Amino acid sequence: MSERFFPDSMPQPMADATTLPWWQAAAEHRLVVQRCTACQHTRLPPAPICSECRSTDADWKEVSGRGEVYTYTIVHRPIAADQELPYVIAVIALEDAGGVRIISNVVDVSPDVIAVGLPVELVWEDMSADLAIPRFRPRRP
Amino acid sequence: MSRPKAHIVGVGESAYARWGKIGDVTEHALACQAIQRAVADAGLSLDDVDGLASFAEDRNEAIFMAAELGLPALRFANMVWMTGGGGGCAAISNAAMAVETGQAEVVVVYRALCQGQFFRFGTGGMDASAPPKPEPPTVQHANSLFLASMGFAIPYGLLMAAAAYALPTRRHMHLYGTTSAQLGHIAVTFREHASRNPRAVMGSRPMTLDDHQASPMIADPHRLFDCCLESDGACAVVITTAERARDLAKGRVEILASDQGAPKGYAFGPFTNANIADDLYATGACEEMAGRLWGKAGLGPKDVDVAQIYDHFTGCVLMQLEDFGFCARGEGGPFIESGALSWHGGSLPTNTHGGGLSEAYIHGLNHVVEGVRALRGESTSPVENAEVCLVTSGACVPSSAVLLGKT
Ligand SMILES: [Zn+2]
Repeated sequence: MSERFFPDSMPQPMADATTLPWWQAAAEHRLVVQRCTACQHTRLPPAPICSECRSTDADWKEVSGRGEVYTYTIVHRPIAADQELPYVIAVIALEDAGGVRIISNVVDVSPDVIAVGLPVELVWEDMSADLAIPRFRPRRP
Repeated sequence: MSRPKAHIVGVGESAYARWGKIGDVTEHALACQAIQRAVADAGLSLDDVDGLASFAEDRNEAIFMAAELGLPALRFANMVWMTGGGGGCAAISNAAMAVETGQAEVVVVYRALCQGQFFRFGTGGMDASAPPKPEPPTVQHANSLFLASMGFAIPYGLLMAAAAYALPTRRHMHLYGTTSAQLGHIAVTFREHASRNPRAVMGSRPMTLDDHQASPMIADPHRLFDCCLESDGACAVVITTAERARDLAKGRVEILASDQGAPKGYAFGPFTNANIADDLYATGACEEMAGRLWGKAGLGPKDVDVAQIYDHFTGCVLMQLEDFGFCARGEGGPFIESGALSWHGGSLPTNTHGGGLSEAYIHGLNHVVEGVRALRGESTSPVENAEVCLVTSGACVPSSAVLLGKT
């Protein structure tokens, strides 16, 4: 099991048949974005149709998990029991994902350091044997 | 636009109370009270009402309300899909369309909200004090598109609106240098308006900018006093045809224009969507809609005498002021600091009832009620000779707005 940042009691994700493959990839520690095979437009969350060319053909592109903080909030109220406060929710602009951003957390970061533009890298948190959540931490030199 | 426009002819509300403090009364009883008062205010009878409309998934369904109220017939029942408070003015708009096209003659728009009797917004029905789930954490089945979308927010703890709308506000601060004190001016100004309004839940609690700056941080940059109230209460608005409105005694207000919608790719906005277009992210996402609204009415921001701006969070007010063109993009902070929003001498007196920040959070339908009162000269923070009022519903979500005109 990986390093832990959040308690087991955190809200659990919900998925339907369209989004479930994304979570299955996550369980294998692969961060993916959905890519239209007709026009190469990338998207997240996954959708059954391309919003740009309306093709229904798509595949999954694995990305590096490198990116930077697009925006963030430092949250001082717990959402789950035994949660460490404060914690950071951020939007991460992924580097090699066709411009796709992802909502996540920045962990291992002091509130004084978090800033828009902060370079971050992916860190997987295994919440259980079959649930892994992608989180981010300041990029190590 | 040659078609005679619908009018608002009556407004009413229940008492407003803090979260859980309304007492032993159901939401639908409050809705009945608000509807009765609004209909009486219009000089009409419940026997005249043939349509009901609401928004934000109001739990008090029109079919049951029509039966409880003894409406002779229910000819129009409408629920808006624009998210939460974003649907307030859309419900007004839909009611106006119904009466303008003869689907119904008198439609009441209502919103009843006893947050104390149901799970609080921002918890998703979950509570930090609840015992952890026994099973090992796993991916749950999403039985709706909404939940599948929320799956990309909640595992990160993003359940609280204060955190969701902190995201665009923080980006606005990064891009334009907007400050917490500028946000504080919004809260302080609306509190001052509330202090003059006997209906306001926070009417007896003055607030200074120092109080705002000392209030606890909830989700940076949102302090407690940047967040709207959690309230119990109901309000209602009566809409009818221009022809019918002419026969009614009370000051009627014309719905000059209305609009609703979301920009391309917006979905639920920053709550679940990290991929809002870059030029749209640090806005209230109302700019396109505002353009359509001004176009329909043949008016512009300079024509607005008083505004009721949806205020779930101070930053969302600031971004809407830019969206609607009251100041340039990025200039919201200095605009607010100039005292623009004050009822007394401000260039854009805003939320003269105190808003969701200080009157009550009834998902912004109380802003429509106040817009009507402002044009009738019934506001407790009156704006002299006000002829045009802008009312908005939500920002950073799919939203709606109306322009009201004195007749
Ligand atoms: Zn495509």
